[in-house]
Amino acid sequence: MRISRRSLLGLAGAGAAGLALGGCGAGDGGSASGGGTIRWWHIANTDPMLSAWADMARRFEAANPGVTIEITALENEAFKTKLTTNIQAGDPPDIFHSWGGGVLAQQVEAGMVKDLTGDVGGWRDQLIPSALDAYTVDGAVYASAVDTGMVGFWYNKELFARAGVTTPPVTWAGLLDAVRRLKGTDVTPIALAGKEKWPGHYYWAYLALRIGGLDLMRQAAADKSFAAPDFVTAGTRLAELVALQPFQTGFLAAGYSTADGQAATMGNGKAAMELMGQWAPTVQKDSSAGKAGLGDKLGFFPFPAVDGGKGRITDAFGGGGGFAVGRNAPDTAIEFLRFIAQPDNARIEARTAGVLPVVKAAQDAVTDPNLKSVADTLASSTGFQLYLDQAFAPAVGQQVNDSVAELLAGQASPEDVAAAITTAAKQG
Amino acid sequence: MVIIERRPAAPARPPVRSRSRRRRPWPTIVLFLAPALLLFGLLVLAPIVVAGYASLFTWNGFGVPTQFVGLENFRRLLTDEIFAGDLRRTLLLVTLSIGIQLPFSLVLAMLLNQPLRGRRAYRLVFFAPYVLSEVVTAVLFTMIFSPNQGLANHITRLIGLGDLGATWLADPDTVMYSLFLVISWKYFGFHTLLYLAARQSIPPELHDAAATDGAGPWRAFRHITLPLLGPTIRISVFLSVLGTVQLFDMVWVLTGGGPIRSSETLAVTMFQEGFKRFHVGYASAISMAIFLISLFFGLLYQRFVLRRDLEGAVTTMGDRR
Repeated sequence: MRISRRSLLGLAGAGAAGLALGGCGAGDGGSASGGGTIRWWHIANTDPMLSAWADMARRFEAANPGVTIEITALENEAFKTKLTTNIQAGDPPDIFHSWGGGVLAQQVEAGMVKDLTGDVGGWRDQLIPSALDAYTVDGAVYASAVDTGMVGFWYNKELFARAGVTTPPVTWAGLLDAVRRLKGTDVTPIALAGKEKWPGHYYWAYLALRIGGLDLMRQAAADKSFAAPDFVTAGTRLAELVALQPFQTGFLAAGYSTADGQAATMGNGKAAMELMGQWAPTVQKDSSAGKAGLGDKLGFFPFPAVDGGKGRITDAFGGGGGFAVGRNAPDTAIEFLRFIAQPDNARIEARTAGVLPVVKAAQDAVTDPNLKSVADTLASSTGFQLYLDQAFAPAVGQQVNDSVAELLAGQASPEDVAAAITTAAKQG
Repeated sequence: MVIIERRPAAPARPPVRSRSRRRRPWPTIVLFLAPALLLFGLLVLAPIVVAGYASLFTWNGFGVPTQFVGLENFRRLLTDEIFAGDLRRTLLLVTLSIGIQLPFSLVLAMLLNQPLRGRRAYRLVFFAPYVLSEVVTAVLFTMIFSPNQGLANHITRLIGLGDLGATWLADPDTVMYSLFLVISWKYFGFHTLLYLAARQSIPPELHDAAATDGAGPWRAFRHITLPLLGPTIRISVFLSVLGTVQLFDMVWVLTGGGPIRSSETLAVTMFQEGFKRFHVGYASAISMAIFLISLFFGLLYQRFVLRRDLEGAVTTMGDRR
């Protein structure tokens, strides 16, 4: 035979690189973390929270001899990938960040997460109402909520004033008008991270929420269909914004927290606004040139209402972070979560201005004016919708992100977007 | 002549050889081979088998796959526009590599073979990018193509093209060419090195003889250098194609497959399906496709293109020619 065995094996080796995926999910590794070691994975990979949590872990270790907490702090996307790999291999970390929703539900279904209903019940009444909603699957609680927040427009007051926009817009038409005025002053109206698709999905989701109201989302989840006309209208409204070319040059290749990404563009005063969650000021500061951010120039306003829409401007869209406990975690892991949830510790988190705590007693420690305005808006909200890429199953969430990205790039019509997401929802 | 004279000694040998054959220590061979075979089975064969098995299920990757769908994932693959797009983009990169990158490397190798001042420094400089990992290269170029502070923009502004550099990676029409540029930057040095090594192993007598016969540099290159570089060029094309089919790291870090999938490769689609959408069954089908494409390309290429090259010392067994 011409093809020797040796060359065949060589080829098999070459092809194996493409098969890296096949190796995952194969073994049922099982956690080796017995005894006093707690593996804690979170996404606060920058200060202030990185140090704040490291400090809390050290204090817990000191109070509990024999317990060691191993912290792995990763950026969102890296975190999701690493966690997915570990969970598919049957080896979840002992404590890990969760956004709740459809992703957590799948992890629960796979038996990877501990039911915390009994434990969290102990401190549940200390939390703000609805804090645990996103982590409740079929009536059982699977994570302890740590922080909360919502998405809204962060804006540069100075650039707004220079463009003659004196009050933040409260209607979609007003927002489009503000964008036109800002363009007139040679400022990038909106910073957007197009490479990472999740920031783009906020626009479409918020528009759908304003146009169709909370019921629209609930119905979509129940029917597994996004064919309702309101979803198409959301795309049409978004296309109006895209037509104004409001985003920075090369936004389709821009990251979020990279050197030249969305947060940096905003933090360096080169764009007038960004649609982002409560963490935006921290990231702006962190990725801006002098690590200073915009300081007093930064303001916050809720996503505008849409004329004739069923949703209210007081309906909030966003989510928070919680900590889920892996199936093989030692009991001390739950002890540690209880420790974090103590008002004193929650106050430390609040004071760093890094998170908006869910512990009621700690709300008074929120002093940062930006964070306070988010807290106030959230406190007076009339309804709450979790991020779509978390609320729905991963395949649906990713399709929302992908399809909205196509719309933002001018490559898909509002009808295409609704149809593609519906297809993904039906397939599951 | 010498060989013939040695032959008479041969008849004395057979008893020795047959005894040595009888005493060939099979247990020892098996013992020494076992670790390698075990690792190979575990790290190469098992993943292939597992991926093949998983590709027959609709499976989100958690627990044990139960929803058997047969070849449904492959049927879906054949009608998937994204998969077709991946193949098109792979083909484009292969074409560009063979048409531009490799010839460029060849020309460079010929130049570096000339006795020119600072030749060593040039070789070092050209080979340097290959030493960097794909991820580092990609991060580097993300900065170069960065819209505000990027080097690409500085250059385009200097030559009066405005902010063109910022949009190379952000424009679906140009992203593949930008990507090709980065791939070329990283790998041309490797191919140059291969060609250079092959060129230097050509005995100078051949070129001397050609020169004596009055052949100019072009004729010498066309009729002596190029044919003798043949095996190296064929191997370099082989490596280039296989590398392109499996391209992942660079694309993932540089563009994430975007904007809107316009730079997505087979492996990126596999990752998206497997780790973003939790369609592990479908992702396994894609990985099988990548494997089969690599395998069939490799087999056909060896069968028809590398045939003569492989008839040399490397793959022949014993005295068979």
